[in-house]
Amino acid sequence: MSRRKTERLLNLVICLLATRRPLSAEHIRQAVPGYDAANDEAFQRMFERDKNELREIGIPIEVHKDPWEEDPGYRIVPQAYELPEITLEPDEAAVVGLAAQVWQRASLAEAASGALLKLRAGGVETDEAGGMLGSALELRVDTQDPAFPALWEAVRDRRVVRFAYRAAASESVLTRTVEPWGVVSRRGRWYVVGHDRDRDAARAFRLSRISGPVTPVGRPGTVVVPEGVDIRSMVGYREEPVQERTALIRVREGTCQGLRQVARAVRPGTGGWDELDVDFTDPGRLAGWVVGFAADAEVVGPPDARDAVICRLKGVLA
Amino acid sequence: MSTADRLPRLLALVPYLMSHPGAQVPEVAKIFGLSEKQLIDDLQLVWMCGLPGHTPGDLIDVSWDGGEIVIDNADTIARPLRLGVDEASALLVALRMLAEMPEFGERDALARVIAKFEQASVEGAAAVSSQVAVEVDATPDALPTVNEALRRGRRLSLRYYVPGRDEVTPREVDPMRLVVVDGRSYLSGWCYRAEAVRLFRLDRMITVEVLDVAADPPAGAVPDEVTSGVFRPSPTDELVELELTPAGRWVAEYYPCEQVEELGEGRLRVALRARDQGWLVRLALRLGDTGRVLSPDSLAASVREAATSALNRYESVS
Repeated sequence: MSRRKTERLLNLVICLLATRRPLSAEHIRQAVPGYDAANDEAFQRMFERDKNELREIGIPIEVHKDPWEEDPGYRIVPQAYELPEITLEPDEAAVVGLAAQVWQRASLAEAASGALLKLRAGGVETDEAGGMLGSALELRVDTQDPAFPALWEAVRDRRVVRFAYRAAASESVLTRTVEPWGVVSRRGRWYVVGHDRDRDAARAFRLSRISGPVTPVGRPGTVVVPEGVDIRSMVGYREEPVQERTALIRVREGTCQGLRQVARAVRPGTGGWDELDVDFTDPGRLAGWVVGFAADAEVVGPPDARDAVICRLKGVLA
Repeated sequence: MSTADRLPRLLALVPYLMSHPGAQVPEVAKIFGLSEKQLIDDLQLVWMCGLPGHTPGDLIDVSWDGGEIVIDNADTIARPLRLGVDEASALLVALRMLAEMPEFGERDALARVIAKFEQASVEGAAAVSSQVAVEVDATPDALPTVNEALRRGRRLSLRYYVPGRDEVTPREVDPMRLVVVDGRSYLSGWCYRAEAVRLFRLDRMITVEVLDVAADPPAGAVPDEVTSGVFRPSPTDELVELELTPAGRWVAEYYPCEQVEELGEGRLRVALRARDQGWLVRLALRLGDTGRVLSPDSLAASVREAATSALNRYESVS
């Protein structure tokens, strides 16, 4: 942005804030330096662009269409523009300082520091060190998935998106068209949840499985988030009632610490082997874990769990 | 800061100067992330702007004689702009995450601050910010004890599980800081066993006990920087190459890979480093037929050997 343009925009903001009654475009053209030299058509274009730029940085420009007047009028209502007076108690200032640190390395970092700057400019003192808490507590959220910024913008602007997605363990990449309802971080993974248009159903997508760019489709403001939807509950394993069973596992003495920690019971066995009772639901998951202990652990039963381990080991040697 | 950010900056700079009369050039430049020259340039620009009419009496009056900034006649833009959607969301999402951590203990301050910021933001920001959620893992059992040690400045005695080596080791640790990354809790502290600062995941503490000894980490010990991520193999660890089938792609999502190459049909070639050979063998066994070690040969041989000896157990016993 050129210096002249910044000057013009700043004067425009002051002009629209200072007026009590809405001003016509023609009036603004006379009042704000920088518009005067332009011809009618050039002025119209400039003025349109300027209004858009101000709206993009969050300045609320009101448009009045008076039935008696031919041209619309514009103004900025100070109450809608101005940061209200805020005072923070010391404990409040400390939690704000901590909250602002959270995004330090993530894509909302700039937004967080912009917020702190506005607060300071408004005479609100925040405690950027987070007070006593800050010295003993550090919080971080990472948003390293390249898809994060575009998806956040889509959620914010209520805009449909399209992206290439590979479902877990799938050989192929499919294009998905999604009305995004929100983004959720769970155990360090980000998900976008929303309405999948192709499947006509609510779905969650893991950001790390999106390949390539996230493209907005259609106009902003088109996505409607259903009333009462709980975006968090849409992420993670479905809570299906699965029957839990118990496996009997023999482990060599002094080994398999990880297995011992989760075992329901540990019994000293014979010949240098102990016996563990370990609860499980899915034989494949149990096998994936036990197999890591190689010859130090052996699933005795049930048979399907034992077979799952054998199958996994044969897979390694295949 | 790019020139496109200049207008928002000026709209924060003027209120800052109004609420901090007599502020010094170096101090203000630092707060706004500018060189002194850039700041003076901003002040010169502001000085050219003002109310329509633009007679000397309409213009903003600003001086910086002797480095002390005095501003006047800028009442229309004396307040900063409300927090934008991005800014409000960055703070609100982080504050709500803090509110979800029961041990954090500042729920009251958090509720007050959240209400204040919802008020101070542009219309709709509060609603949009609730479409972003960061889940916090269930409170680990060790947390109250760790917090107590931090608060009282006491040494901790732990039995700690290291999955990489499948070991449970006793440790004495002088706690320095609680670190929450992506909703998971770690203790950063001076470990007397390692004679270094280490990060301990709270859910891997098998037992934890506060000792009646004052924590006394060596001078100069700094809490671990978690910004670079918590999984940090050393660059001297050997580079390992794996080929993964679609069902083995999760490896690339869970562990930081130095190289990831698509091989078609959903297969991947990844290269990663890890500190423990044992961990790598366990990973390869767990992958079964969904992944194989390409290099180094020595690792591939260890994996085959481990799988063969494990399989022998199953075949000899049954």
